Amino acid sequence: MTGADAIIKCLEAEGVETVFGYPGVAICPFFNSILDSDIKTVLIRTEQNAAHAASGVARITGKPGVCAVTSGPGATNVITGIATAFADSIPLICITGQVNSELLGSDVFQEADITGAVESFVKYSYLIKNVNDIPRVFKEAFHIANTGRKGPVLIDIPIDIQNAQIKQFHYPEEVNLRTYKPTVKGHAVQIKKVIRELEKAKRPIICVGGGVLLAGAQQELRAFSEKYRIPVVSTMMGIGVMPTKHPLYYGMVGNNGKPCANRAMNESDVLIMVGARVADRAVSQPDLITQNKILVHIDVDPAEIGKNAGPTIPLVGDAKHIFQDFAKEEFTCDCEAWIGTLNDYRRELMPKRNPNPAYVDPARFIERLSERMEDNAIYVADVGQNQIWSCGYHIVKQGRFLTSGGMGTMGYSIPAAMGAKTAAPDRQVIAVCGDGSFQMSMMELATMRQHNIPVKIIVLKNNYLGMVREYQHYTYKDNYSVVDLTGSPDLEKLAAAYDMPFRRLENMDQCEEVLDVLLQDNNQSMLVECLIDPMDLVK
Amino acid sequence: MQKKVFQLLVDNTSGVLSRISGLFSRRGYNIESITAGVTADPRFTRITIVTSGDDEILEQIEKQLSKLVDIRDIKELKPDESVYRELILVKVRVSNEQRQSIIALTDTFRGKIIDVAPECLTVELTGNQSKIEAFISLLDGYEILELARTGIAGLGRGIENVTFIE
Repeated sequence: MTGADAIIKCLEAEGVETVFGYPGVAICPFFNSILDSDIKTVLIRTEQNAAHAASGVARITGKPGVCAVTSGPGATNVITGIATAFADSIPLICITGQVNSELLGSDVFQEADITGAVESFVKYSYLIKNVNDIPRVFKEAFHIANTGRKGPVLIDIPIDIQNAQIKQFHYPEEVNLRTYKPTVKGHAVQIKKVIRELEKAKRPIICVGGGVLLAGAQQELRAFSEKYRIPVVSTMMGIGVMPTKHPLYYGMVGNNGKPCANRAMNESDVLIMVGARVADRAVSQPDLITQNKILVHIDVDPAEIGKNAGPTIPLVGDAKHIFQDFAKEEFTCDCEAWIGTLNDYRRELMPKRNPNPAYVDPARFIERLSERMEDNAIYVADVGQNQIWSCGYHIVKQGRFLTSGGMGTMGYSIPAAMGAKTAAPDRQVIAVCGDGSFQMSMMELATMRQHNIPVKIIVLKNNYLGMVREYQHYTYKDNYSVVDLTGSPDLEKLAAAYDMPFRRLENMDQCEEVLDVLLQDNNQSMLVECLIDPMDLVK
Repeated sequence: MQKKVFQLLVDNTSGVLSRISGLFSRRGYNIESITAGVTADPRFTRITIVTSGDDEILEQIEKQLSKLVDIRDIKELKPDESVYRELILVKVRVSNEQRQSIIALTDTFRGKIIDVAPECLTVELTGNQSKIEAFISLLDGYEILELARTGIAGLGRGIENVTFIE
């Protein structure tokens, strides 16, 4: 058995179903061995998207997504995808081919020091120099990627190691890492302290982040909120923990969030941040969430606690374990008056928009789209104005909302949606992007056609890099610089070139009719172009 | 700003030192000195890092270091509960008249003359940082040709602070 065969055996043992990749000589032994396996391969059209697609898989299955690319440029192209996953704590296994191990360090053809290059974006990385290390390394890599604070792990494997004979293949049952033991269970004393504060609280609130979804703790969190009637707000990555229309949910916080959510967070007397980093977009003034209130910060990564705001009660652990432990406590929490106040805020602080009737109103369109989407649909937002409108107006029922929150990587939505669709072929998967972000990954229309991955794509087209244009509108008094997207392709012809059904929506009049066509068949991809007012603003 | 000394016990993997120094550089933390060497158990390396920052930064340094997968143990070496030593080699230009006074000074500090040449002397000196600083400042009137410092290595006092590996 060769090293490459052994790698495939490891992936099979981990239950990997799909590998997104792009071959080159240095990873060819791997792609040769995978032919003998039931693992599906998808030829992505640029390596960055292999990592994004793996991220889509990981976010839907809860298991690490896998991508495999060649050495040198293949490996360096994947870095943005790795950094995107790292910023959102998404578990990935990135396999990179490498030049012959005897040539390492001599700058031969397609050699790049990829373990060195990704050092600041991975949870861990390996360079395998002995074929017999393969089973142990893969076992450790999957364990590291998907435990504690999740994240990408890179495994670099020289071609001669892939071709070498392995003495004996034995996939370890257990991981034996002397140095890596994340804390998942919350400290009992700290849990009691939190309960005691909640008993005294008049205006408690829970702010949920992506960590709740990563821990799979949605049910626990909803049950806790409902049992004690504690209101909930979310960060961008926490959207979907609570259904958007849940009576106890008050929306996304932050500078692009809902005014009532920000007000709720600032006026609370006990704030429980869970699985959230307290980063600048969600909390622009950390002082406001520490002054005059008890801040409880729950995170599986101790380094996040106190990094941006000093909590009154730090609580290290996995959200699922902690909310299971909370559920064992009996206490009463009286906050009906507070809920009344928040309901008033929700009514009074509704953002007002003045849509231009000559165009599609992106807010109303996204609202209608999500109302008509299936309950468990997966909505993938890209980056830019489309993302902020999606955060503000998409209605999550029992499905998922995916986006690149931490890194804000344009072009994420289409490959991530492809990953999600691959992982959940029966679910409705829709990618919503702008015309800028669409053009960053439109080469994947070919991948969708080749591998029959029927993702539906909405392009909110305004011929601008809208988010930057909006920034230049406010900051540089409409002195636009390098934001005009003139020259973009005719999307109808582009769709035709890929045999993809296409509809153009010019204003809201035909909205329902286009949605009828878009949503009628989950196994049919489609491209919908929505013409939106180039001067429209997210605020 | 205050100074802290951290002692790390790490897995002796390739790249572990670059992971640690990379963490300091990308997060903008200071390293005043770093020393590393294999322990009695060849699977592990002991690293002593002297760093500085305010309380919050120092707390983050400790937490971020703890997150690195290769790090087995991290502890602060507090001055009262630890011993620190640094070794320096210093080459001083000396005339015939100056030679005896450098030798006397080295004796006073319990250093050693390890190389003698017609125009210079090389002194080896070990001690804690204040002793080293005192010695260097006393060389003020001389020309220091070359100075090599190892940075400090440290251990906690007594048996209470020993980290036992399974």
